[in-house]
Amino acid sequence: MWRFLGVRSLQAIPVIFVVITVTFFLVRAAPGGPFSNEKAVSPQVQAALEAQYRLDQSMLQQYFSYMADLLRGDLGPSFNFPGRTVNEMIFQGLPITAELGFYALLVALIIGVLAGVIASLKPNTAQDYVPMSLAMVGICMPSFLLGPMLVLIFGIWLDLLPVSGWGAAPGDKVLPSITLGAMYAAYIARLSRSGMLEVMSQDYLRTARAKGLPERVVVIKHALRAGLLPVISYLGPAFAGLLSGSFVVETVFQIPGLGRFYVQAAFNRDYTMILGTTTFLATLIVAFNLLSDFIAAWLNPRLRYQFQKKK
Amino acid sequence: MTDLKSGLLAHFRAGILAVSAVILLSACGGGEPQLTRVEQGNIDGVLHYGNGAEPKGLDPHIVTGVPENHIVSALFEGLVGKHPETLEPIPGVAESWEISPDARRYTFYLREDARWHNGDPVTAEDFRWSWMRLLTPALGAQYNYHLFPIVNAEAYANGEITDFAEVGVTVLDPFTLQVDLREPAAYFLQILDHYSAYPVHRATIEAFGDLSDRLTPWAREGNLVGNGPFRLTEWQINSHVRVEKAETYWDADTVQLNAVVFYPTENLVTEDRMFRDGQLHFTAEIVLDKIPVYQAEQPEIVRIVPWLGSYYYMFNTTRPPFDDVRVRKALAMTLDRDLLVESVMQGIVDPSYALVPPDTLGYFPPKTFEYDPDAARALLAEAGYPDGEGFPEFELLYNTQESHRRIAVAIQQMWMRELNIPAQLTNQEWQVYLENQDNLNYDVSRRGWIGDYVDPTTFLEMYVTDGGNNKTGFSDPRYDEIILREAPATLDRDKRYELYKEAETILIEAMAILPIYTYKTKHLVDPSVKGMPPNIMDHYNFKFISLEPVSDQG
Repeated sequence: MWRFLGVRSLQAIPVIFVVITVTFFLVRAAPGGPFSNEKAVSPQVQAALEAQYRLDQSMLQQYFSYMADLLRGDLGPSFNFPGRTVNEMIFQGLPITAELGFYALLVALIIGVLAGVIASLKPNTAQDYVPMSLAMVGICMPSFLLGPMLVLIFGIWLDLLPVSGWGAAPGDKVLPSITLGAMYAAYIARLSRSGMLEVMSQDYLRTARAKGLPERVVVIKHALRAGLLPVISYLGPAFAGLLSGSFVVETVFQIPGLGRFYVQAAFNRDYTMILGTTTFLATLIVAFNLLSDFIAAWLNPRLRYQFQKKK
Repeated sequence: MTDLKSGLLAHFRAGILAVSAVILLSACGGGEPQLTRVEQGNIDGVLHYGNGAEPKGLDPHIVTGVPENHIVSALFEGLVGKHPETLEPIPGVAESWEISPDARRYTFYLREDARWHNGDPVTAEDFRWSWMRLLTPALGAQYNYHLFPIVNAEAYANGEITDFAEVGVTVLDPFTLQVDLREPAAYFLQILDHYSAYPVHRATIEAFGDLSDRLTPWAREGNLVGNGPFRLTEWQINSHVRVEKAETYWDADTVQLNAVVFYPTENLVTEDRMFRDGQLHFTAEIVLDKIPVYQAEQPEIVRIVPWLGSYYYMFNTTRPPFDDVRVRKALAMTLDRDLLVESVMQGIVDPSYALVPPDTLGYFPPKTFEYDPDAARALLAEAGYPDGEGFPEFELLYNTQESHRRIAVAIQQMWMRELNIPAQLTNQEWQVYLENQDNLNYDVSRRGWIGDYVDPTTFLEMYVTDGGNNKTGFSDPRYDEIILREAPATLDRDKRYELYKEAETILIEAMAILPIYTYKTKHLVDPSVKGMPPNIMDHYNFKFISLEPVSDQG
């Protein structure tokens, strides 16, 4: 088991390294630069600006000094927000994005698992088709459509919830969490339905029923545990996706999270900020994928048995 | 295994509980009669201001954008300010000033009760040091050229001299500052209310690093010391910036607001919803499609007024066929601006036939041509392209944005219909587009320009020979002579404006640029906001603004 963990973790390092290197050279290859401005500046000013951010050095020199700083955990100063460091901005945006992602995941799990399980109990009936069709709509509906729709209904017509903000007024976290969670809820619904269907036909469930256990116990105690395995392995990538993919929701709801920094950085050619957030999110995605591999391995008796046998 | 399962189940249960609690809580919250942020703000004297975008910084010498300008001008004050309505100079830190008869020497008498937010007096030395910082080459201040009218300022900024004593800024005594100009610059007082000329607090900057270090956090919440009517109290990036009334300000009695909160409202639709939900007193923009609805239903909250900005196309006059003035004129004369403004822009801009927007501090630009497709066809035939025959296919470049595309499509149609010439539309992302303009790598390109200060110079100086913002290849010795020498030396405003008209006529006769329209600013303003008259600079002095709740008829 530990060797498996070790090998998987080591495999992650070159992935992250390649991501950083490719991003470093790609952002610099993009036309324009962090200081191109509609209003022309004198060559002296341009030179002074470049010197302050080490852009006067050769590309390779810049790369090595960036990597050296990175190893010390220093992501450098932001080009676009003078006086702020990338580290500081990531750590300011991350808790908000993580909180949003966490609530969205909760929404996704509750709605998704409920819908999936309900649908799987009576396959190919209305009880199956209705929630699964809704899930299909959920997957297809982009958050820049769902968000404004929810705002229009609950924020402006019914006047129940605030239309924007994060933690500024009671209830302003509800709509963004639902908007962000909806797509994942739909996906989880489909995953848990197929997982459950597969499990329901297994021999051990027939045994459980034969013992005379009520259907409720059969489903909740016996079927759910195995049926939700695909959902568990999806949780890691889902959470990473929620963290890196929340910028639309953050823009629609005026939330000061990481996603907005990321998009702004790309438009402004904020080299250090693009690199910093990319590196950070890449690490996070790799880490969550690893984590869900581990959890899946740990939950799955067959896999666990293999590990034990190898030892 | 049982442990794990019950753990997981417990987790789900906890999750369900948490989410239902959140939903319940919010539902309860919504049920109670609650004041909106605007209503609460009217009681507390807090203005909620939609500021368009997140400020990149608050260091007056480094920032370059409009959202930054709004906040910085609340936090700092220059020697002179602007009258909120007429935009004529009014006393700021300087109580009064004298201008020598040859208009080359300005003497400013500073008020002795002007204070920094930490209580230090604001002195003439503060201004000398601040301007030295702005001009220090290593700082890389993009707006340092604003002070170039001062003797030797340009040489210092370019590193040709290193002793600031040679620059024409002299401290006569702690409260008297003398400024010598290399030539009279009639718009100099206007420039002094640009944020690049504001004073900065030396001790604070030096506490965090060298004067030329852009990267120190001196201009952050908790650190920044300003001298304006408001002081910085909160800055949560991508959330809000809050400034509160500074009791140290010399004119604190005039200041009615207790605080202003600036919101980075990048998404226009979100901003609109925030306004409708009572979260904002003032929006930075109005969603184009909603203007007719607001105008019909609540005309009192809609504010659409002329802005000091021009929208036009540039010709690359170094490339055939646009090196021929007849071709450029033909293209300009086939543009039906009235139709364009009405149909594409829904009447929220003004058609334009020159570069400088009308009524720029009393200046009105000349009108030297009209919409005349017949004359345009004749010109084109004269240039060797009768009925557009043999006219090469060319690119019309604009930066990626829906409104630019709509205008470009309309203009493409007009050219095709009237002149039978094919324009190829090319959109590019902002940075790419800028780079191609800089390298004269285009045929025809969209351009927008917003003035930095209210004087025709802020537009006309772009087109001097080899000017950094020229980007067209246009060059005319008489034009250069007027803009660089004659007009700045002319003290009489009417005479100066006549010279500008002559210069602008040269520019438009040569048709290096193709005027399309002049901008208007579009805001939604809550009826409770008072003391915020519209002006062409879209500049609001927060010190004069107050909030008076309008009694509700319902």
